[in-house]
Order: sequence, then structure tokens, then C-alpha cells
Amino acid sequence: MTFSVYNILVTVFIVGFLYSLKLMNSPVTAARGNLLGGLCILSVVAATILEYGVISRGTLWISMGAGGAVGLILALKTAIIRMPQLVALLNGLGGGASTLTAFAVLGYTHDGTYTTVVTAGLAIIIGSVTFSGSMIAAAKLEHKISQKPIVFTGHNAIGYLLVILMGAILTFLTLTSHHPYVSILLIAVALTFGIIFTIRIGGADMPVTISLLNSLSGLAASVAGFTVRNPILIAVGAVVGAGGFILTQIMCRAMNRTLYNVVMGRTTVASGKKRQEYLTPASTSARMPEKTGESDVDLLRKSACIIIVPGYGMALSQAQHAVKALYDALLAMEKDVQFAIHPVAGRMPGHMNVLLAEADIPYDRLLEMDDANKLFKNTDVVLVVGANDVVNPAAATAEGTPIYGMPILTVAEAKRVIIFNLDEKPGYAGVENSLYGMDTVTLRLGDAKEQIQKLTKAL
Amino acid sequence: MWFMALIFVVTLAAGYRIIRNIPSLLHTPLMSGMNALSGVTVVGALVVMGTAIVHESSILAAAAVFLATVNIVAGFLVTHRMLRMFKKKKPNKRQP
Repeated sequence: MTFSVYNILVTVFIVGFLYSLKLMNSPVTAARGNLLGGLCILSVVAATILEYGVISRGTLWISMGAGGAVGLILALKTAIIRMPQLVALLNGLGGGASTLTAFAVLGYTHDGTYTTVVTAGLAIIIGSVTFSGSMIAAAKLEHKISQKPIVFTGHNAIGYLLVILMGAILTFLTLTSHHPYVSILLIAVALTFGIIFTIRIGGADMPVTISLLNSLSGLAASVAGFTVRNPILIAVGAVVGAGGFILTQIMCRAMNRTLYNVVMGRTTVASGKKRQEYLTPASTSARMPEKTGESDVDLLRKSACIIIVPGYGMALSQAQHAVKALYDALLAMEKDVQFAIHPVAGRMPGHMNVLLAEADIPYDRLLEMDDANKLFKNTDVVLVVGANDVVNPAAATAEGTPIYGMPILTVAEAKRVIIFNLDEKPGYAGVENSLYGMDTVTLRLGDAKEQIQKLTKAL
Repeated sequence: MWFMALIFVVTLAAGYRIIRNIPSLLHTPLMSGMNALSGVTVVGALVVMGTAIVHESSILAAAAVFLATVNIVAGFLVTHRMLRMFKKKKPNKRQP
């Protein structure tokens, strides 16, 4: 790499990218950060087009124009609830682009240095895994394929075999010729591995999966940057790789699961015997009587301090606008209303915050788990809307179940709890909710949206 | 090579430090924003396009430019859409 004007310019932009992410620290500056990031990319692309003299290429403008149009449509037409799918899809495209770039270098140029071959091979592997993995994740989120972990016979063996195969092809590439067909074979094997890898991850583990794929798409770009000797690619890819990894860690911690367990598909499977123990006693004591005497409306009227706990069930029944109406009604009665959000509520990190923001709920009313847990003691009523596992006190006691040890929102500490859920069935993790049997808890079954609307009207 | 490796390590560490402090409130826009940034791989495709000596490379590069452009454009726009929802809340803060 030489210290040309281009390289110096591009290094300056790296600082711009880092600053744009720093602005993401607060909702007030985040939009500016995003704008700056976009501007940086635009400038870098423009500089690269000029530096490498491709400005007059017809193919460039056709592919860019088409890509821009497709991107525009995707961005404007996708509903906020489908954001996880879109992010997964776009991740995949980024990975795919890195693969193609690395393939073009490895298969069709004659720069056979060790660095080029190894980094191109790695970029092909990571990019392809990102591509096929993201497509599977997007399909799962779209319900095109089952959200349940799909496990093939000898799943692990197939996985390991593919890894060994990729290693072997990579070694072959460094030792002998790099004929395009070898690269194509490598792509095929890596794509298969991506499918095998993602298909057995369950729907509720998607926050982890998407974060991981996000990290990989950055890593693929970064490694491809080594292949084409471009500092901006290396830098920005590395930043995204690090960021995705942080989110992966946060999500794993919020579920008290190791990354290994998640990618091994150990969601609801495993731990069969112990799980049964916890299922049986709870289900016999279920079906508790309606605790009447005072209606939900009276209860809410009397309460001063209310916390709403939204879960993915709220998003599924599209109840967020009904919740917003309820929020407004309570606000008009001069109640103190806040929202408590569990880190893994939804299908990607921070998903629930965005859904509530879409429904016009001010973000300063949204509490993170730790802050909310401090407040529950002094809360008069907690309204749980379509959340189950994340408020299940069994997480502390039900050893051997998937939720054991998972930090939860401790709603049981509040004076009263009203739960709006579709049914009494256990949540995704398959563990009976021990909240349902408690004296302070009222259960309102049925469509959360209708229930909330009824309640709002009555107020 | 050593310079490229240095860039990799430094930006990895810087990114880690910066992103660790971002609140979970903004994790979805953060992720879609980072997603758009990973579309920077378009630069690699442009380099290949510029240095291509055979036709196949140009075709592959053009395909890569297409995919990466979708990634960038959709990523930034959708992030903007989400962040605007967060932004307009500021004025009607009612609670003390």
C-alpha cells in the first residue's frame, strides 16, 4: 500500500465513520450520526470511482442504479415489524458482495501472493456463510420456514466435515493453482455450511443470530479489504465486526446462554427430564379462578404508578397502537406510566423500542431492565402485554430449563399484576409461568389488542 | 501489510469501545446502521472493476456493486426512518 492522496483521504474518512457511530449514543444525535455515516460512504465511493478510473464504465452505473432503486423500494416498503427480516436480508447481500469481490480477485487476477490468496479465500468463506445464513434467518423470520430448530441426523458431523473441507480447499488454493472452479467449489461448501449453521437456531434466538451475522458481514468486508489492499474496507469492516460481536454478547447475556449453546440449537431441546418436573406440578395448579371484587378499571383508576411490560406477543397481535391509546388515556388521568423492556423482547436487539417508538410512545418513557427492576416494588399495577418468558419467576428456580438463570423483569414485586396473553400456554421456552398462580396476579386471556381496547374504552 | 494489520486492530478496538456504550434503546437502528456500513465492501468491488484484466472480473464486480448498493441504500434509509420516529418525540415530553 502506498501513501497516495487517496489513501490519506480515505484514512480521514475512517475517523468520520467512527464519529458517526459515536453519535449513535443518544437518540438526539443518532439521526445526525446516520446521516454522517451515509455521507462518508458516499464520499468514499466517489473517491474510489475517481481513483480507479471507473467513472466511464456503463456496467458501474447500471449496477449502481439498479441497486439504488431496489434499496430504495426495500427501505420504504418494509413495515417496522419486519425490520429483523430486512436487516438479515441486507446483511446477506453485504456478505454476498464481499464473496463476489474476493472471487473476482482469486479466480481472475494473477496476483498469487500468499496474503491475497489466503484473505480472498477467507473472505469467500465468511461472505458465503453470511449470505446463506442470513437468507435462512430471514426466511425463518418471515415464517417461510419453521421457526423451530431444524436438526438433521448427524448435524454436527456434517458441520465439522464442511469446516474441514473448507480448510482443505483453502490450503489447496495456497499451495497450487487458483483456478476459478476451485473458488466456486469453496463458495458452494461455505454456502452449505451457512445453511447447516443457521437452520437449527430457533426463532427466539434470532436476536443472537442476527447480531452474529451482522458481525460476520463486517468481518467479510474487512478481510476482503486485505485482499484488495484497501484501508477503508479493512477499517469499516472491523468496526462492524466488533459492533456485531458486542450485540451478540449482550443478547447472549440477556438470555443467560452461551453463544455455543445458541448455535448448537439448544433452545427448547435438551434437558428433557428436568424440564418435565417443572412442567407437571405447574400445569395441575393452573386454571386459577378469576379474582374479582374489583375490576381492572377500578384498579387502574386507583393506581398512581403504572408500568407496562410489552412482549413479542404485543407486536404479533399488532397491539402497540392500542397500547398507545391506553397510555394516552392513563396519561390524561395524570398517572405515571412507563414501559419496561427486556433486552431480548422481540426478534432483534432493541426491536421492542422501535415498535413502541413507531406507535408514538416517547422514548424517555421506556425503561431498560435494570432500571425497571428497581421500580417494580413501588409500582401499583404492572400490565404485561404479550410477554411470558421474560417475566417468568421460574427462571430463578427451574433448573435445567432453557430460561434457567435468565435475568427477568421482576414484575412479581409490584402490588398488582395484570397479564394480557393469548392463552395460558408456556412461552417459547416451554416453561410454565409461575406468575399465573400468584394472588396478586390477574390473567386476561384472549387477543391482547381487543382486551386493551376494551379497557381503554372503559376508562 | 503491517500497516493494514495495524488499521484492523486499531479500528477493531475503537469500534468496540464506542459501540459498547450505545444504549439498548438504539440497538435496532444501530444494527441497521452498521449493516449499511458493511456495504462499504462496494469499495472493494470498485477496485476490482478498475483493475480487472478479464471480462469475468468486471461482471463479478458489477454484481458485487449491485448487491452492496442495495445494502447501503436500504440500510441507511431504513435507519433514518427508524431514527426519525425516535426524534420527533422530543417536543411532546409531558412527564416531569
